[in-house]
Amino acid sequence: MKTKPHFAFLDEGSKKEIRRTILKAVAIPGYQVPFASREMPIARGWGTGGLQITLSLIGKEDVLKVIDQGADESVNAVSIKKLVQSTTGVEITEQTADASLIQSRHRIPEVPLTYKQILVLQVPMPEPLRVYEAKEYKTKMLHAEQEYSGAWLMLFEQIMKYGKTSTDADHPVYVNDRYVMAPSPIPRFDNPKMNQSEALILLGAGREKKIYAIPPFTDVTSLAFEDYPFAKEDFTNKHCYLCGADDVFLDELIDEHSGETIYQCNDTSYCMERLNSNQKEEVGSVDA
Amino acid sequence: MHEQPLLSVQHLNKQFGSGCSKCTQLENRGLTKNYCPNCGTIYACQDISLELYSGEILGVVGESGSGKSSLMKCLYFDSDVTSGEAYIDDKELKGKNLFALSAQRKRYIRNHKYGMVYQNPVHGLKMNFSSIGNIAEKLIAAGNRNVGEMEAIGKSLLEKVHIPIYRMKEEPQHFSGGMQQRVQIAKALSNNPPVLFLDEVTTGLDLSVQADVLDLIKNIQRELGISMLVVSHDLAVIRMLADRTIVMLNGKIIEQGLTDQILEDPAHAYTQQLVYSLL
Amino acid sequence: MGYVAVKGGTKAIEASIKRLKYERLKGQDSIHVETILATMRGMVDQVMSEASLYDPYLAALAIKQAEGSMEEAVFLLRAHRSTLPRLYYSQTMETENMFVERRISASFKDIPGGQLLGATYDYTHRLLDFQLIEETKSDIEQWLSEYEQEVNCSNPQEEVIYFPKVVDYLREEGLFETNPLENTPPDDITKKSLQFPASRSERLQVLTRGQTGAVTSLGYASLRGYGQVHPTVGEVRVGNLPIYVSPPTEEESEYEDDYYIGEVKLTEVESFVPVMKQNNRNKKELEFEIGYGICFGQNETKAIAMSILDQCLDHPEAPYPTHDEEFVLLHIDSVESTGFISHLKLPHYVTFQSKLDSVRGVKQEVEKDEN
Repeated sequence: MKTKPHFAFLDEGSKKEIRRTILKAVAIPGYQVPFASREMPIARGWGTGGLQITLSLIGKEDVLKVIDQGADESVNAVSIKKLVQSTTGVEITEQTADASLIQSRHRIPEVPLTYKQILVLQVPMPEPLRVYEAKEYKTKMLHAEQEYSGAWLMLFEQIMKYGKTSTDADHPVYVNDRYVMAPSPIPRFDNPKMNQSEALILLGAGREKKIYAIPPFTDVTSLAFEDYPFAKEDFTNKHCYLCGADDVFLDELIDEHSGETIYQCNDTSYCMERLNSNQKEEVGSVDA
Repeated sequence: MHEQPLLSVQHLNKQFGSGCSKCTQLENRGLTKNYCPNCGTIYACQDISLELYSGEILGVVGESGSGKSSLMKCLYFDSDVTSGEAYIDDKELKGKNLFALSAQRKRYIRNHKYGMVYQNPVHGLKMNFSSIGNIAEKLIAAGNRNVGEMEAIGKSLLEKVHIPIYRMKEEPQHFSGGMQQRVQIAKALSNNPPVLFLDEVTTGLDLSVQADVLDLIKNIQRELGISMLVVSHDLAVIRMLADRTIVMLNGKIIEQGLTDQILEDPAHAYTQQLVYSLL
Repeated sequence: MGYVAVKGGTKAIEASIKRLKYERLKGQDSIHVETILATMRGMVDQVMSEASLYDPYLAALAIKQAEGSMEEAVFLLRAHRSTLPRLYYSQTMETENMFVERRISASFKDIPGGQLLGATYDYTHRLLDFQLIEETKSDIEQWLSEYEQEVNCSNPQEEVIYFPKVVDYLREEGLFETNPLENTPPDDITKKSLQFPASRSERLQVLTRGQTGAVTSLGYASLRGYGQVHPTVGEVRVGNLPIYVSPPTEEESEYEDDYYIGEVKLTEVESFVPVMKQNNRNKKELEFEIGYGICFGQNETKAIAMSILDQCLDHPEAPYPTHDEEFVLLHIDSVESTGFISHLKLPHYVTFQSKLDSVRGVKQEVEKDEN
């Protein structure tokens, strides 16, 4: 009985099919390309779409970074890393700059990505119009006809009700002036990083069986009315209590001792890097 | 008349079923009413040609099964035609058969050139969105991206159709039938469409409310000069609104002309019957 | 000395997996795969059916590994299925050729070939059998030898009985539409994702892989009132069916060249549903239609429920969710539904932070308005 798994788990036929899907996705930025989507050894909804992209692209030379909610050490990130490493043996890194392939759930790293890197985002609900229209058959037609008044209307209704838009993560974006796309549940803070990104961004929804892409240097704009501009999460006057960063996405924590609210970089490896370079500077200044 | 028609429809056919050897010839179909007793194919619209001129109200009257609603659905692209052509007097679309355009272009025309008021407001409104949101939807579809502007347009339209402004954030599902119909009219007008379709807009409303809605339509037409195509089974509605009238029976146009003329001197036996029943 | 990342996640996972193993072994006992295979027929069948992989031995292994959790066992087998290359499609199988173990019809008192009750729980009284606590190997051997003797004495008949399909009898009478044979290869939903409207072959594949509970529930909902299908079970048959594949090299092979690669046990159901139809002269007529259900192993409830849903989906005009193909086909898969439900256990603090920001913003806006 065959017991040893294939390199990168998937058989080569499946990988080829996924790569063909990716090529199509790159050719039509923001368009959701259907694919068969294999069952993976991790559960549907736990990153199988991203994982299938990663496994079909990865080669022995690649250096992989996996994050979940911004953290390299999050249990699900660790679990995915373990699976990829045990079936490929590739090098794993936590340094954003060192990685050639980055799989992430719900965050785009703080360190700007370069044209040598590919970012793979895990997507739970790829259809930005789903809240407005339940039927796939119909949303497909709406995309075909570029009929996006539904997506805009959601925002308009929020403004009427609350005086401002009340979207949280997964705020819809316009890609290349053609398709409205769900950017996956990244915070609004990360939406602008997609615009004119140097790195190729691939988005995979395993359960919903869709792959879509933002090729390098593509226009990506967040949906917003002229008089109600798009707004990122507001961290004014707040900074990371560890490294002091104030221009990053912050996690809100409660200090167990003082009971006060404190903030910390959500991107753990970025925070670590800053701490280390701060320390070097201090050490350097002492030497001098 | 030398004037260019705003909308011209030529040889529109709409059938349900594929037809058989006995009914495919237009001249001699041997139909029972509008369907072929041999193969069951229904000929809802047969060789319909009409012209709608700028600023006029054209009435289409007929009983149920006459094909008037099928005609309306085809013109608004809610259903596909079997054959035929339609042209609109518009810079971008000149000389292009509208029925042959892509779904995306058809959507563009609906959003920018047409307005539609359905008999049942459920088809024209999102019942669980605010009334102002419903109006904004049409404006958004026509390319508006400014909330303040859309709110202002929406308010003035709601005023025009006599919906109190303080109720603009309410959902039409809480409104009466007459109010829903008025919101629908406001929505249909919001993008300033050159062409407005009205399909049995007063059917199902109380008599007093009917008069209200008809008055409203007449006033709007006078004020804005929009061309309208009004479909109704009720000759009284047609009499009140339409400048010209087309009479349909079993999928065919049997008579057309100025409304006054048709009412005073109906030529076809069926029209005569209609007119006399009105008196 | 620089700062280093805490390896909290890695350690926690390792410990958790160890703990899981401990939970499996702490009773100081283990079950052989062979024992599961021999004694857990219903479970093995259900796992194979929901996993859409016919391999009783691996299904039993999955059950052992999953400590009897159905969703886990199905998941294991499905994931294994992804690693296997798919090289052939079998020849079309004709269930008329089934080696029938059980076959009943609710539509007729007697049917050609006869009713064959076979093995079923239907007429057992559901009372706990406390004697099973004491069951020994020698008890089993003794019972088996007695039973075999009994069967040999009472049934000396050697020939195999032929069981024609019940529906063929009614077809001859013109009560069912006769469809031409359609042997075009099915759309493979594991190679191409489901698109709507779905083809019949896609629909049947999704239904037969459906989670038993989900398929049963939706079939029940339709029967009870949220649907318009009230079938009579025309025929349920359970038995083995041989599978053949054609030699890969030859384009058009003769039947004699096909390879026999084994057999699968199947439950097949044909439900009869009266439907008002318009004939080609535009007159209304009452005719029967068939709802079709089939699944790996013996699982009659699922197969019957599937036959109801198949029929429902043939009539999308009915205003019930059980007649809506997207509603039914997109929500009955075990791996997909359990996966997405369980993903809610993953951390969501980034999205939550974003939500907090949005709610706070709205609150401020409201306060500004009020002041």
